[in-house]
Parts: sequence; C-alpha cells; structure tokens
Amino acid sequence: MALEKVTSLTGRAVFVPGADIDTDRIIPARFMKCVTFDGLGEFAFYDVRFDPTTGEKTGHPLNDPRFDGATILLAGVNFGCGSSREHAPQSLSKYGFRAVIAQSFAEIFFGNSTTLAMPCVTLEADEIDQLRQAVEADPAVQITIDLVGKRVRSSAGHDFPLSIPESARDALVAGRWDPIQELLDREADIAVRAKALHYV
Amino acid sequence: MGKSLYQKVWDAHAVGKLADGRTQLFIGTHLIHEVTSPQAFGMLRDLGLTVKYPKRTFATVDHIVPTENQDQPVDPLAAEMMAALRSNCDDFGVTYFDLKSGKQGIVHVVGPEQGITQPGTTIACGDSHTATHGAFGAIAFGIGTTQVRDVLATQTMAMEALKVRRIEVNGKLRAGVYAKDVILHIIRLLGAKGGIGYCYEYAGNVFDEMSMEERMTVCNMSIEGGARCGYVNPDAKTVAYLRGRPYVDMNDFDATAARWLSFASDADARFDDIVKIDAGEIEPTVTWGISPDQGIAISENIPDPAQAATPGEKASIDEALAYMKLAAGTPIKGVKIDVAFIGSCTNGRLSDFREVAKYIRGHQVAAGVKAIVVPGSQIVAHQCEQEGLDKIFSAAGFEWRGAGCSMCLAMNPDKLVGDQLCASSSNRNFKGRQGSPTGRTVLMSPVMVAAAAITGSIADARELFELEPQAAVA
Repeated sequence: MALEKVTSLTGRAVFVPGADIDTDRIIPARFMKCVTFDGLGEFAFYDVRFDPTTGEKTGHPLNDPRFDGATILLAGVNFGCGSSREHAPQSLSKYGFRAVIAQSFAEIFFGNSTTLAMPCVTLEADEIDQLRQAVEADPAVQITIDLVGKRVRSSAGHDFPLSIPESARDALVAGRWDPIQELLDREADIAVRAKALHYV
Repeated sequence: MGKSLYQKVWDAHAVGKLADGRTQLFIGTHLIHEVTSPQAFGMLRDLGLTVKYPKRTFATVDHIVPTENQDQPVDPLAAEMMAALRSNCDDFGVTYFDLKSGKQGIVHVVGPEQGITQPGTTIACGDSHTATHGAFGAIAFGIGTTQVRDVLATQTMAMEALKVRRIEVNGKLRAGVYAKDVILHIIRLLGAKGGIGYCYEYAGNVFDEMSMEERMTVCNMSIEGGARCGYVNPDAKTVAYLRGRPYVDMNDFDATAARWLSFASDADARFDDIVKIDAGEIEPTVTWGISPDQGIAISENIPDPAQAATPGEKASIDEALAYMKLAAGTPIKGVKIDVAFIGSCTNGRLSDFREVAKYIRGHQVAAGVKAIVVPGSQIVAHQCEQEGLDKIFSAAGFEWRGAGCSMCLAMNPDKLVGDQLCASSSNRNFKGRQGSPTGRTVLMSPVMVAAAAITGSIADARELFELEPQAAVA
C-alpha cells in the first residue's frame, strides 16, 4: 500500500477570516447524518456561505468567484477547534482544499487532516496577512507549501519559514501519513503490551 | 524525579516508536457511537480487516436519538445510522448498549456508570468529550474516524506525547458556585487555545472535595480549553464509585484498587507548567459569546470591544456581539431567554438533577420559555424517576425527556429555531451549535439554567434560590 509522498503543494489560496473557527462552523452537525463521507464537500462552511433565512449566497470568501478553484485555505488562530469529527477535514478535502495555512490548529483537527494527507502548516500572523493581501489583490497568485525545504513561497515573492510538527512533516514527505500498515505490522508487540495490562 | 499520572499511563501503554517518531499507543478501552464509527467500519471492510480486540470496544447510541419516543427516529437518515451501528456491532462481536438494554445513554455517561472507565487506563472515542473519563485518572481523548479504524483494527493508534499542565484550584468555593463554574472560569483564564499540546491535571483541594460526577463535569470541558485530555488523580472516592459496577472485576478488588491508586501523580512529579487559581475568586460564570472562553461572572457586564487589548481581540468581540445580538458594556443578567436546556455529557448526571430539583419546588418556568431536562442515560433517567425528580421538574413546567445528547448539538429533533437564545448546561456556544444557524447559546451550570428558566432571563441563581450563606448571627 504505497502512499503518495506529499513533498510540495502549489495552488491558489483563499482567506477565511476569524479566530477559533470550530468544526461546527466547518461542517454543521446536521450534515453528519450519514454513514459515509461522500458528498460532504458541498456542505463545507454551509451556514456561513448561505443566508439561513433566505438561502441566498452570502459574501463569504468561498462564494467569491475570484477564488473558485483555490486549493489552499488561509486562516487565523485555533483553526478546527471543537469536536473530533473527521467530517470537518473530509468536507474541506472534498470541497477541493489540499492544505491549510493558519496561525495555529486545534490538535484533533490537525491529526485528522494529516491522516488524510492534507498538510496543516503554521505561519506568523503578519505573514498570513501578507499572503491574504496578495491573494485578495490578485487571486491568481500561486502559493507553494514546500514541506522538504520547510518554506511557504508565493509567486508574488513571499518566502516564509513554515512550522509543522516534525512527525507530521515526516509522515507526509515519506508517504506514511496513513499509519495503518505500520500499526498492523507490530502485532506481536501489541500482544505483549496487552498481556501486561491487567484490565485488557 | 517522580512521574505524573499522564506519564505513568503513557509508559504502561506504549507499544513502541513509529517511523515518523510518534508512539504506537495501546488503547485499552474504545468507545464508539453511531456518528463517527460507520465510516471506520467501512474502511475496515475495504481493507479486509477485522476488529482485533472486540471485547475492548463498547458501543451505544446517543447523538441522533430522539428524546421523545426514543426508539422511533422519524428521520430516515438517523434510522440508517442506528441500523448501521447494530449490524457493525453484530458483525464484529462488539458489546452494544442499545435502546432496549436499559443502559443506553451518552457514551461519556455510560462508560463510568458501567465501570468500564477505570483509573490508569487509556480510553479513546470518536468524540472530543472523551476527556470526561479523565475524572477517574484515565488518559482519555477524542479521535478522528480514521483513528477509530486504527483502534478497531489494532487496538492501538499513533500519537505524540502531550505536555502536562497542573491546574491547582485551592481555597473554598462560594455558595452557588459549581464544578461547571470552575471549568468555565479556567477556560476563561487560559483561553480556548491555551491547552493546545497539553493534558490538564486538575489538582488542589477543590477537586479533591468534588464528587466523581463533579470531576466529570470539569474534565469533560478540557477540550473547550484546547487540552485534548484532562484528569483528576484517583483517590478513595474513585475507588468507592467503581466498587461493584458491572465491568469492575470484584475478584481481588483490593489489589485492583491499589493498582489504580498507584497511577496517581507522584508528590515530586515534574510538570511542564503549573497554574494556580484561588477558589474564592470564582463566581457563577456564564458565556456571552461564541467561544467557550468568552465567559464572565454573572455580576459582570458584557465586554466592550472599545476596551480590547488588540485589534484581533476587538474583532472577536465584535463578531461575537453581532452574532449574539448583545450590547457591549451592559449586564448579562436580565438578557431574555427563549429556551432552557439541562442535560449533556457535561451536566446530565443524577447529581445535576438532584441539585436543581432541590431549588425549583414552588417555582414555575416563565411563560414563553421552553425548558427541557434530558437525563444522560437510561439509568440516570430511571434513578431520577425512582426519586421522583421527574415529577418535580414536570410540576415546575420543565419537560422531562428520554436519554440522549439532545440539544447539545442538535443532531436529533431537539433544536433551537431561528435566533432563539438558550440557557444551556452543555459545553459549546459555537455559532449554530444548537441546530439553528442563527441560534444563540449561553453556557452555565444546571442551577443557573433553572434560575434562567424560571426568571425568563439570565439570572443569578444565588438571589433567586437564596443560595448565599446566611449572615452569621452576632
């Protein structure tokens, strides 16, 4: 089961404003009444993309046609906080996002995203602000997340050092972001550990 | 240098290092529910795998269950999810506390109730409020669905060790201040992201003196403070609570209890951070915004963005006030409510309902307020009914419902409508959390919810129920 090596990603970006964007915001709970993750893409950020009363599109950046086809999401602090629902990164991934750049991430969201090969990298607030200004001035600006060189660069000339926990970076770059095979391979070690635990 | 409970539990469950540097951690107890498990079973089948330790996974149904006519979900999607859980448990031999078992309930109420939750264990569940089980001195945390697959297939998962922050609350809590107020106060002080990368150890005489159920309320909301898990060291209360519960092995119980207690943090344990809080400064706390750290004492005014320290903070306050339709600088007390909700994995246990029932006799829910009371499990419901608490609630105008997650997250018929404002004993006040994209949530303790229901507006329960200690007679 060879996995793709995620070494570098390039694409256009869209900025979604706000701190503490929670997973209920990313995918409202009513859309989790499902037994597969299929079709979640269309519900990403649903309640802020559509006016709850009229059903009309709002002024949310994801409704702005200039950002159609953006594959990198730019965000603020504590992105993905709240519930553990993998439906949140699944919906972003199925919407078309391949990576998220934020000031910081909630832990469970971060882990869920990494396991889907969707890198979450952090930059400083002013660096994200510069990228936001660049893409809002010209949505065609291409942003590159280089996980090998640990930089975020843009076609507008930005070049920033990115942060990502080393284990996640390694998992992405080496193509082992889904750990299932490695976990399965250690069956004997697992059995030893289980045996030592009185309650198992 | 001694070890913290976190480190002891981690060491006892570490299988080995993975190539990316993370640890393969053994998950002794795995809890599942209908929302985050069907896709995991699907992945398992796609890979041709099976459940490796079926006796160590326990299932129940909670998020989508209607609280009226519990076993008849009107929603075909909910029925499909329930059917999927049934067949997945049957196919793989997983214990399922279903609606007919008399033991169904919110997964974080059921685990402790059955004695499945035990000190010194690792507990994972596809639900962020798994932190609740830390009240027993377990390392318990939420996981995503792909990790649910990993645990089903191997009883292990990949994880990086957390840092440990000891939060010491010492002193005497004032009258009318509950476990819920303590955790809302902690989150207010440390922030919704303050706990990222940390496990919280709750220590000090305030937690020592709390009941197991109060400790569960505190640990439950660790995640709202950004901490993936939180715990209280096991003690005699922990042992007494678990003694005789269905999944506690009573053969050589003394040895079991001694083993449990041995996981408590050593006196000379090293912590990555220590925070000290004076219990006396904590007041009944309510949220005013759209993040659980946007809390104030009931006596305080709603923050004014003009006084924000940074432009980012100002933007957050502006956004929250616009959504909540609240005015800056005005009292939170007196804000009109439409709905009152007592329940959830935070505050849906017997002691929560007993405490509220003590004060509501002779009172009536205000006209125009819909007030619902939802026990956390069928067993809690039964216990309350045995004690006649349901009748006390009904007499006061509260609707007494069946067990489930109910209005905490509105994946079932219990939802806010339009921009209704709900006084809620649940854990999250996110935009749209309670089922209406414009619905508004104000988090507080169950007794404060009852006070709001009766007053028709956010109220100080200490005044309504005369909770302040009487002045000493000279």
